Amino acid sequence: MSPRRSASFSLSMDRLRAFARKLGQTAHLAVGVPDYEGYVAHRRAHHPDEPVMSYEEFFRERLESRYRKGSSRCC
Amino acid sequence: MKPAAATLGWALFAVLGAICLAVIALHRGESINALWLVAAALCVFFIGYRFYGRYIGDAALRLDPTRATPAQRRNDGLDYVPTDKYVLFGHHFAAIAGAGPLVGPVLAAQMGYLPGTLWILAGAILAGAVQDFVILFMSTRRDARSLGDMIRSEIGPAAGWVAMVGTLAIMLILLAVLALIVVKALAVSPWGTFTVAATLPIALFMGVYLRFLRPGRVLEVSAIGIVLLLLSVWLGGVVAADPDWSRAFTFSGVQLAWMLIAYGFVASVLPVWLLLAPRDYLSTFLKVGTVSLLAVAILLVRPELKLPALTRFIDGSGPVFAGSLFPFLFITIACGSVSGFHALVSSGTTPKMLDSEANACFIGYGGMLTESFVAIMALVAASVLEPGVYFSMNSPAALIGNTVESAAQAISGWGFSLTPEMLTQTARDIGESSILSRAGGAPTLAVGMAQILRGLMPGAGMMAFWYHYAILFEALFILTTVDAGTRIGRFMIQDLLGAAYAPFRRTESWAANLSATALCVGGWGYFLYQGVVDPLGGVNTLWPLFGISNQMLAGLALIFASVVLIKMKRERYLWVTALPMIWLLVCTLSAGWQKMFSDDVKLGFLAHAHKFGEALAQGQVLAPAKSIADMQRIVRNDHVDAALTLLFMAVVVLTLLFGARAAWKARRAAQPTALEAPYVAAPIR
Repeated sequence: MSPRRSASFSLSMDRLRAFARKLGQTAHLAVGVPDYEGYVAHRRAHHPDEPVMSYEEFFRERLESRYRKGSSRCC
Repeated sequence: MKPAAATLGWALFAVLGAICLAVIALHRGESINALWLVAAALCVFFIGYRFYGRYIGDAALRLDPTRATPAQRRNDGLDYVPTDKYVLFGHHFAAIAGAGPLVGPVLAAQMGYLPGTLWILAGAILAGAVQDFVILFMSTRRDARSLGDMIRSEIGPAAGWVAMVGTLAIMLILLAVLALIVVKALAVSPWGTFTVAATLPIALFMGVYLRFLRPGRVLEVSAIGIVLLLLSVWLGGVVAADPDWSRAFTFSGVQLAWMLIAYGFVASVLPVWLLLAPRDYLSTFLKVGTVSLLAVAILLVRPELKLPALTRFIDGSGPVFAGSLFPFLFITIACGSVSGFHALVSSGTTPKMLDSEANACFIGYGGMLTESFVAIMALVAASVLEPGVYFSMNSPAALIGNTVESAAQAISGWGFSLTPEMLTQTARDIGESSILSRAGGAPTLAVGMAQILRGLMPGAGMMAFWYHYAILFEALFILTTVDAGTRIGRFMIQDLLGAAYAPFRRTESWAANLSATALCVGGWGYFLYQGVVDPLGGVNTLWPLFGISNQMLAGLALIFASVVLIKMKRERYLWVTALPMIWLLVCTLSAGWQKMFSDDVKLGFLAHAHKFGEALAQGQVLAPAKSIADMQRIVRNDHVDAALTLLFMAVVVLTLLFGARAAWKARRAAQPTALEAPYVAAPIR
């Protein structure tokens, strides 16, 4: 395989992976769970001294907050 | 070079759209392929988005990408998260999509496919998408606050109260009519009832799995749940074929209504992780998946539309709902063209995640166009049915009787060819004992979908499978709405009563919770029960009430948007929101007026009450009532419905007056008076 082809191959793999990641984020957000990695990155960057929820805690917190005031769902 | 290519592309789009519309226009009296309709809709939506949506964003609202959004200013990684626009589009669409755009167009098909199509296209471009987009923008400029909150601060506290009472009443009617659709679809259908009942243990299992076995693995558990659901559709067929089991799952409408009322109460006080959340996951994924499947199937199968472009029922004599094309078409197709409920979503979670004002058009305007496309597909699904079959499913028993012979005779008399054999054959194809008088949209849509999907995946028994799959899919997200909506209604009641008696507001108090929940369930349960026992089918009465209320909520949102445009000193563009506002107010107020005061007993609540009241005074029993008690109930229901219509009209007229006062003040001010959050520069990306 020429180096050029393998480069474009890995590029398209990267793209595919990025697409799959977006798709996963979309599916999660559609049911009210935002991106966990984004949350961790945000906590690390802006509140480095404070604790960070584990994914399980994060999920539970999001679930409670989605329905706390009743999610307005359409007809 | 590039702009020239883009111009050429849009010109081609415009020509293609014009050709499709021309084909539809010129093929009157012959059946045409559904693809023309779908392609015309897509072209209209793309052009509307590119030119009108962008125009509103650039000229009227002046979206400012340099201005920080609430997500950027308050980023907490949880509620406020700047989100990729495609990811957020998925969230927004999942939140606005519901049963409304699937049901309204099916009911409106009694006038033919043309009036519905035109109103969906024009309504979405000029009213619905405008409302969603403008409210999203205004909420983004106001720290992502809710519509009620914004009305209170921009128009005044009294207007806020009025809007709140109106929203609560709309909620109750919405829940009642949705629950009624489920009852109509499941009555005397053991297959459907079993399948929908199976969603309860499946959801409970998912809830426990997510809480204790594999916490937070939401996609994994949803995949398991969907496989179980498909299994339950198959198993439902086995249950229906067995005489003993099928008897155990055969219920009358009244029994199902009581079950749903009990379900609504229990489900909305259970912890959310146990039932509501897993059901929500299932219905969200199933909804998006099924809608995509339907789109692919229509493209591949390319079905013919059998329904005529126009039927004789545009004069208002139709069996599905009473009232002539204006104004009743415009309230029957509510959510597919413009839906007040979207204003609640556009001022809810979505503005908290917008990563740039520039994307508000894509999400708000584009999201609504996608929803309208779903409405077009629902219209296609209803129009591929033989018209006779369509009318037999959607006409009340009072008009077509209870046997296939009487139905075929009555409907042939209306000019649609139909034999009793066609009705028994269709019922056998879909695995049901009868298809007569299953109003409410869901069963009709399910037969249409099953017919289209059978073209994609032929085989014995496939039609029955797809029919019950479609029923399950609609019942599932309606039940999610019933559960979630009862909770919202409860919070609203607690808020309202809490103003009079403070302890009611305490959401951790069981006494307050249970009594507010009981009030809410009792409210929609009353209308549900009334609809189920109504010999005219209930949908006849409740769907227009729902349509009026939903369009009035949109009217409130557009009144608010118009006031804010004036306060921003953008009067030049006032027509963008004021024209759809005026149209909606004209439609809903005239529809409300006719429902109240029309002399036609089929249309006017008071005329109907008067007729039955007179007979009652002389001790007569008029059909379809069977006893004096029936007669009394009919009169009482008419009065309740009339009072509710009056309430909706009062809400909108009061809001209009409050809005006019606020607009008058704002016009006299020299400076813009809109209360936006102060400008903060967006981080450079």
